[in-house]
Amino acid sequence: MTLTYSYFPGCSSEATGKAYDISTRAVCDKLDIELKELPDWNCCGSTSYFSIRELESFGVSARNLAIAQEVGGMDLVATCSACYTILAKTNRYFSEDPVLHETINEALEAAGRTYDGNVNVRHILDVIVNDLGCETVAEKVTRRMTKLRVAPYYGCQATRPKGTFDDPEFPTSLDHLLEAVGAEPIYYPVKTKCCGGMLMMTQEDAALRLCHELLKCAQDNGADVIVTTCPLCEMNVEAYQKMVNKAYGTSFNIPVMYFTQLLGYALGVDSKALALQMQIVPVENVLAKVPA
Amino acid sequence: MADEKIAVYFCDCGTNIAGKVDVDEVVKWAAEQPNVTVAREYKYMCSDPGQDLIKTDIKELGVTRVVVAACSPTMHEPTFRKAAADGGLNPFLLQMANVREHCSWVTEDPVEATEKAKRILSAQIHRLPFNEALQPIEVPVNPDVMVVGAGIAGIEAALKLADAGKKVFVVERDPSIGGHMAMFDKTFPTLDCSACILTPKMSALGKHPNITLMAYSEVTEVSGYVGNFKVKVRKKARYVDTDKCTGCAACTEACVVQKVKSEFDVGLGYRPAIYIPFPQAVPLKATIDPAKCLTLSKGKCAKQSCVSACGPGAIDFGQQDEQVELDVGAIIMATGFELFDCEREARYGYGRLANVITSLEFERLSNASGPTGGHIVMKNGEAPKSVAILHCVGSRDENYQEFCSRVCCMYSLKFAHLIKEHLPETEVYELYIDMRAYGKGYEEFYKRLMDEGVHFIRGRAAEVSDVALAPEEEGRLVVKAEDTLLGIMRRLPVDMVILSAGLSPRRDAKEVAQTFGFGCSANGFYLERHPKLEPASTMTDGVFLAGACQYPKDIPDAVAQAGAAAAGALTFVNNPTVKVEPTISYIDPEKCSGCHICVGLCPHAAIQFNAEKEVAEVIEAACKGCGVCVAACGSNVPQQRGYLDKQIFAEIEGALAL
Amino acid sequence: MSTDFEPRIIGFLCRWCSYNGADLAGTSRMKYLPNMVPIRTNCSGRVDPTHVLKALADGADGVLIAGCHPGDCHYINGNYRTAGRYPLMEKLLEQLGLEHGRVRLEWISAAEGDKFAKTVTEFTEQIRALGPLDWGKQFEAEEAKTA
Ligand code: FES
Repeated sequence: MTLTYSYFPGCSSEATGKAYDISTRAVCDKLDIELKELPDWNCCGSTSYFSIRELESFGVSARNLAIAQEVGGMDLVATCSACYTILAKTNRYFSEDPVLHETINEALEAAGRTYDGNVNVRHILDVIVNDLGCETVAEKVTRRMTKLRVAPYYGCQATRPKGTFDDPEFPTSLDHLLEAVGAEPIYYPVKTKCCGGMLMMTQEDAALRLCHELLKCAQDNGADVIVTTCPLCEMNVEAYQKMVNKAYGTSFNIPVMYFTQLLGYALGVDSKALALQMQIVPVENVLAKVPA
Repeated sequence: MADEKIAVYFCDCGTNIAGKVDVDEVVKWAAEQPNVTVAREYKYMCSDPGQDLIKTDIKELGVTRVVVAACSPTMHEPTFRKAAADGGLNPFLLQMANVREHCSWVTEDPVEATEKAKRILSAQIHRLPFNEALQPIEVPVNPDVMVVGAGIAGIEAALKLADAGKKVFVVERDPSIGGHMAMFDKTFPTLDCSACILTPKMSALGKHPNITLMAYSEVTEVSGYVGNFKVKVRKKARYVDTDKCTGCAACTEACVVQKVKSEFDVGLGYRPAIYIPFPQAVPLKATIDPAKCLTLSKGKCAKQSCVSACGPGAIDFGQQDEQVELDVGAIIMATGFELFDCEREARYGYGRLANVITSLEFERLSNASGPTGGHIVMKNGEAPKSVAILHCVGSRDENYQEFCSRVCCMYSLKFAHLIKEHLPETEVYELYIDMRAYGKGYEEFYKRLMDEGVHFIRGRAAEVSDVALAPEEEGRLVVKAEDTLLGIMRRLPVDMVILSAGLSPRRDAKEVAQTFGFGCSANGFYLERHPKLEPASTMTDGVFLAGACQYPKDIPDAVAQAGAAAAGALTFVNNPTVKVEPTISYIDPEKCSGCHICVGLCPHAAIQFNAEKEVAEVIEAACKGCGVCVAACGSNVPQQRGYLDKQIFAEIEGALAL
Repeated sequence: MSTDFEPRIIGFLCRWCSYNGADLAGTSRMKYLPNMVPIRTNCSGRVDPTHVLKALADGADGVLIAGCHPGDCHYINGNYRTAGRYPLMEKLLEQLGLEHGRVRLEWISAAEGDKFAKTVTEFTEQIRALGPLDWGKQFEAEEAKTA
C-alpha cells in the first residue's frame, strides 16, 4: 500500500542540500512512499529569523501548514531537521497559545488562508522507520551493506527538544535502519551533538571545535562513513574538514552522506539517481567495500 | 419546617475572606433571607469565642439550624458540628458554606467574590430546613494493626505499636525486612554505621511477641470498612519450610547456580538460586528464586545439592503460595521509594559507560559487607584517582521529576567523605545546583567537607562523555558542566562518576494506593490528608502513612513520621468504637417495587434482596454512603441520609436564587 | 451574543477527589471565574440526572459533574456508574433540544487544583459562547423541525 504525504523540501534542497532532495525522492519511489510536494511552499521560518522576528517567523512557517491543510491535511514531511523542528514548533505553539493562534490566523486571512492546527509535521527518518518499518526496508534491500561501519549522526534537531519519535538524547531509530540494510552502526556517543550550525558563518572557531569532536569520535570508533539527517549537518561536517584539519592539525578525510543516499544504494538505486557524485569527499572507495 | 430558625455565621478568617468579600454586605443580605433569625460576622469562627457564639445563640435564641460560612468543611466541619452538639443541637443540623477555598481565595474581583459568596451561602440556607437530625453510627474497632512495608519507617512504626501492647501484622514484599537502609554503609551527617543502628531494630521486630511478621508477602485485597479492614495477603512460596529452616546457609553454598545478580547488591554482586539476601536478614530463612532454580525452572537439577546440604530437611519444591486473611482496625503504609531510573537520563551514559554508577551502587561499593568488601574500585578493580558526583539526577527537572529529592545533597557529601577516607589521594568533585543542607548538623557537615579538600562546582552536569579531546582525557570519563560561579564551561576528566539519583515513587504506587482506597499526589507519592497538619494520615480513615512513600525523606524524618503514624493508629484503635457518618442509604419497603437495579450496582454489596418481601434492603454496616443506588433507582426509592434528593434540590434552588 | 452575559453554573463535586481538588486550587490561590457554585456529594455516582435537569430548569446555563479519576473512586467504582450514565443523559438533553456542551463530566483528583481551576474557567467560557439557556427557544426550534 502506498503511503502518501505532503512534502516540504525546504530551501537547502535547491542549493547545498540538492543531493538530499534527489536521494529522498528516489528512495521514496523505491519504497512506495508517495511525496506530494507542497505547492508554492516558502521558507520554513528558519532558525536565525526566529531569533530576531519571532512572530513573523511563526507567520511564515504557518503559511506552509495552512497550504498543507488546503491540499488535504496529510502529514507534512520535512527532510531538513531544522525545517522539521521549526514547523513542528510552530504547530505546537499555535495549538497551545490561543493568542498566537488568533494573530497568525489574522495574518493568514490577509493572504486568503486559514489554519486549524491539525496537520502533523514529520521527519523523513520517522516516516521510514516508524510508518514503513525497518523490516519492510530490509525486505527490499538488494545490496546488503555488510562490512560498512557507519556513524549514525542525528544532529541536534531531529529528536529535540522532547523527542517525538525517538529518545531526544540517545536516539536509536537511524541505528536500526542501518542495521536493516546490513550496515554496522558504530558506537557514536556524539550522535545528537551540534554541528555548529549557522555559527560557521559568525563564529567559525566555535563551529570548527564542534565539528572536530564529531569527526574525531567517528574516526576513533572506526567509522567508514558518517550519515546525516540534515543538510546543514552534512555541509558542516563534510565541507569543513579541511579547515578543521588546519585548526587542529588533523587529517580527516571522512566521507559524509545523507542517510537517504546510503539507503538508496542499498535498495539498488543507481548512484546518479542518488546524486552520489555531488559529495565533496568521494564516497566511491567506501562503497566499494560493500560486497557486490 | 417553615418556622425553622436559622443562624448564619460569617467568618472573616482574618483577611483571608474579609480581604476579598464584602462581609458586611453579605451578612446584611443574609439576615433578610427566609427563615434566618440571626446573621453574624466574626473574625475567627473556629476560635473558642467564635464557637461560643453558636452555642449561646442555640440556647438563647432557640436557633434550630446553623450555617457557618468559612473555610472548607474538610477543615472545620467537625469543629463546628461539635460546637452545635455542645449547644444542644443535633450536629447534622449544621452546614458549612465554603467561602474561602471556593470563593475568596480563587476569585480576582471583590464584587464578584461577594456575589459568589452569597450564592454559596444561599444554597446552604435553602438546604437547611430539609436537614434531619441524624445519629452517628458506632461500629466496633478491631484493635490490631497492619504495617505494610518494613524498611526503617515500617519497622519503627511496628515496634512502637507492639511496645504499646498492640498486635501488629507486618507485611513485607522482600524476603527480608530492612529496606533501603539495610543496604547503606554510613548515615549522614553523623556517619554512624547504618547496619549497627538498624539491625538491632530488625531483630527486635523479628522476636517481638506482639508482632506477626509476614515477609516475602504481598497485600492483594483490602475490603471492609473503617476500624474493620479485611486484608488478603499472599505469602509467596519460598520453597523452604520456614519452621524447619535454621538459617544456617549450608544450602546457599551447596547450590549449583551461584551467579544470580544479587538484588541486595544492586547487581554488583552475585547470589545463589537459593539465598539469604544478607547475613543479618530477618527472618533468617532461605528462599529459592523459582526463575533461577534448575529444579523449579527447568524441572531438573542433577544434584539437588541444597536438599542434601539441608540438615533439617527444609527444602520443599512443592510449596505453594498461601492466601492469608487478616482482620485489622488500622493500617500503616510504609512502602518506601524506588531509586530514579538513571538510564532515562541518557546523557549521563548510565548503562552505557562502565564507570558511571548510581548512588545505591556506590552504597554497596563502599560497604564493608558489600561485593568488594568496601573497596571503592572501578570495573577493572583499580581505585579511581578522581571521582565526580553529579547531584540532582532525575530531580528538579521538568523532563523527569520536578521535585527535590531532599536526601541527595547530603548523601553526596557523605560519599565524598567516604572516598576521601578510603582514598585520600583521590580528587572528588561535587557538581551541584544548590547545596541543600537543611537538617540538624547538615550545614556543619557541609563545612567539614569543604575543609576535607573536596572540589565543589556549582553547575548541573550537562553530560558524561567518553570522547576524549585532549591527551589527559584519553580512556577516561569527561564530565561537562557550566561552572556558574566562574561563568565558564568545564571539562573534567575523571575515572568514576556517581549519579546522585533522586527518589521516585514505587512503580506500582498508584495501584497500591487504589487497593487501599486513597490517592497519589501529582508527583506520584501517596497523598496525605493535609500537607501540614496531617502528613501521616490519608483520606481513608484508619489508614496512615510513614516514610518515603509519602515524599522523599531522610532517615530522621522517616522515623519521625513513623512515630506520628504509629501514634495516629494507636489513638484510633485504642477506642473501642468509632463513629461513622450516618450518611448512608435506606430503602422504604412500602415503595420498593423489587426491580433489583440497585442490588447489582452497589460497590460494597450492601444491598440485599429480600425474596420473601420482594424488596431490596440496605445492610447498614456495609453501606458506605456513595449514593449510587439513590441515583440509579427509577422511582427514587433509596434515599441517602444527609444527601436526600430534596436537600440537593433545595441547594440547587438556593444557588440559583440570585 | 452579548459579552456581558454571565453564565450561571452548578458544579457537582465528589467529596473525595474533586471537592478536595477545588480546595487545593484555593489553598494554592489559583484564580478562576466565579460563575460556578459547587455542590458537594459523597461520590459523583450520587449525581442523579434529575439533579442536572433541576439545575437547568431552575436557571443554570451549564452543569459540571466532577469525580475521581477512573479507578480512584473512594467507593471502588461509583464513578464508573457516573461514566455509564453520562452519555445517556447527554442523549436525553439532546432530545430535549439542548445544545451540546452545556453539561460536562470531568475527572479531577485531589491533587489537581490547577486542572480544577482551568476546567471551571474553560467551561464558563464555553457556556458563555453558547449563550443563555433559553428553553423557549429550544422548544421552538424543535417544533419547527418536526413541523
Ligand atoms: S468518590 Fe469521587 S467519584 Fe466516587
